[in-house]
Amino acid sequence: MENKIEISDLQVHYGNKPALNGISFDVHPNEILSIIGPAQSGKTTLLKVINRTLEFTPEATVQGSVKLDGVDIDTIGDVYELRRRIGMVLPLPVGLPLSVYDNVAFAPRTAGLRTKSELDEIVERCLQQAALWDEVKDRLDTLGTKLSGGQQQRLTIARALSHQPEILCLDEFSIAIDPVTTMRIEEVLKTLQTEMTILLVTNLVQQAKRLANRTAFFLNGDLIEIDTTDVIFSDNPTNQATYDYVNGTFG
Amino acid sequence: MNTDIQVSPETMFTETEIGKQKRWIENVMRIFFLVMTSLMIIPLLLIVGYLLYKALPVLSLEFIFANPKDNMRAGGIWAPFLGTIYLVVVSLLVSAPIGVFAAVYLNEYARESWFTRITNLAVVNLAGVPSIVHALFGVGAFVLFARLGESILAASLTLAIMTLPVIIASTTEALKAVPMSFREACWNLGATRWQTIRRIVIPNSISGILTGVILQVSRAAGETAPIMFTGAVFYKAIAEGNLFAYNITEQCMALSLHLFTISTQVPDVTEGIPYGTAVVLVGSVLLINAAAIVLRVYLRTRKKW
Repeated sequence: MENKIEISDLQVHYGNKPALNGISFDVHPNEILSIIGPAQSGKTTLLKVINRTLEFTPEATVQGSVKLDGVDIDTIGDVYELRRRIGMVLPLPVGLPLSVYDNVAFAPRTAGLRTKSELDEIVERCLQQAALWDEVKDRLDTLGTKLSGGQQQRLTIARALSHQPEILCLDEFSIAIDPVTTMRIEEVLKTLQTEMTILLVTNLVQQAKRLANRTAFFLNGDLIEIDTTDVIFSDNPTNQATYDYVNGTFG
Repeated sequence: MNTDIQVSPETMFTETEIGKQKRWIENVMRIFFLVMTSLMIIPLLLIVGYLLYKALPVLSLEFIFANPKDNMRAGGIWAPFLGTIYLVVVSLLVSAPIGVFAAVYLNEYARESWFTRITNLAVVNLAGVPSIVHALFGVGAFVLFARLGESILAASLTLAIMTLPVIIASTTEALKAVPMSFREACWNLGATRWQTIRRIVIPNSISGILTGVILQVSRAAGETAPIMFTGAVFYKAIAEGNLFAYNITEQCMALSLHLFTISTQVPDVTEGIPYGTAVVLVGSVLLINAAAIVLRVYLRTRKKW
């Protein structure tokens, strides 16, 4: 089976400050790979490298290679197409100052889709998948910015799904969401796994344990260990730091 | 739950020494700021009031729509009034698009580099250049070098150069007020910079951009120095009541220069006329500023976050 993403010797610096120190690993198709690790360990930076939005951070420099379906992402001419192939959910909920409908229809429209019926269908499907449809179906013309924090976060997820990505990157998606809704979205992620590859950055170690096929443990810009979730959460992962972190005895 | 601290209802909300002191300082500071605000308003009211009082004998529609007569000792202000409108409109037609689009480039596209640093430095310094220096530049660049001669066009371009840096600065402020997270969200969705600007950034900063531009009307209308060597004349009669009476390749009169000449250069002017001229100038500027405020309030009610 081909790897979905191949990362080799990836180094990222912000100015002189290292963020990722030469990490290498592969992401398999249709797996949920969770990335755990304390703050400042380079998890978010990794996601930004993958969809090339790190390019908007002027002082960041990237070395090494990231391949998507065997193609080096630096050689992809249409970077916007690359970003559409990757759904990105950032930790802080951002409802764009547009209606709920327009929020979800934004990406399909920027890609050139204009047909009302198709847009309607995408909006409903994505809001359903993000567990938000029932709450907003009667007020799709409300401004996205007027929703509650948790609703905006689910709106962000719906938006990330709207361009039918092959890879879904979730960065701490559940920070602003209550536990019940989080569980509903986790169920959705499990079903989405048949259609796409999911990268799940999370601070909730238990969430990684519940969802992930494999788990990667990052620490201070190094990939300490990547293995099946069962191994990472067992009593004997390869690295002692991994054991300490997942069992809450870190430091 | 047991507690050893006894609080009786009578003493609970009795004011302490520190509380009294805080309340006193609070009052003093509030009055201090109120006085400062009044100091700002009082001169404006006095100026406008005094001008209106002195101008009342001459003020009428006739005054606005009639040319000056008897070597400017009598008559109205139609020629300078229309001249000022021409100068303001033409200068903003030049400076508003260039300024707004330049600010969009600097804020949305340009990366930090020597080019943007120099540009920003130029903007700040140009905004601080005295208007008489702009006037000399206008004479050199537009009147002589570009061979426009002394004309409405040359004067307007000089005013445009003067207002440009301020428009760039105010537009930049308006663009910066749109949260960065909106742009990042768009980029993550595969939107280009232009799609992000058109759908998110501009719709949410347009009120600030327009306000900044409109406020430059008052500067362009009020300045005398930049136009007196580049296109404004002492006297020129034009067709009364005809909005197209001027040709932009010719010279024109202007309210600011007219006010200056009839106040200092012409003896025995009817007393109300300089005051009337000033009232029309100040009134037009205030009217346009008021329009800017109304526009801003209207657009802000549509603000989306």
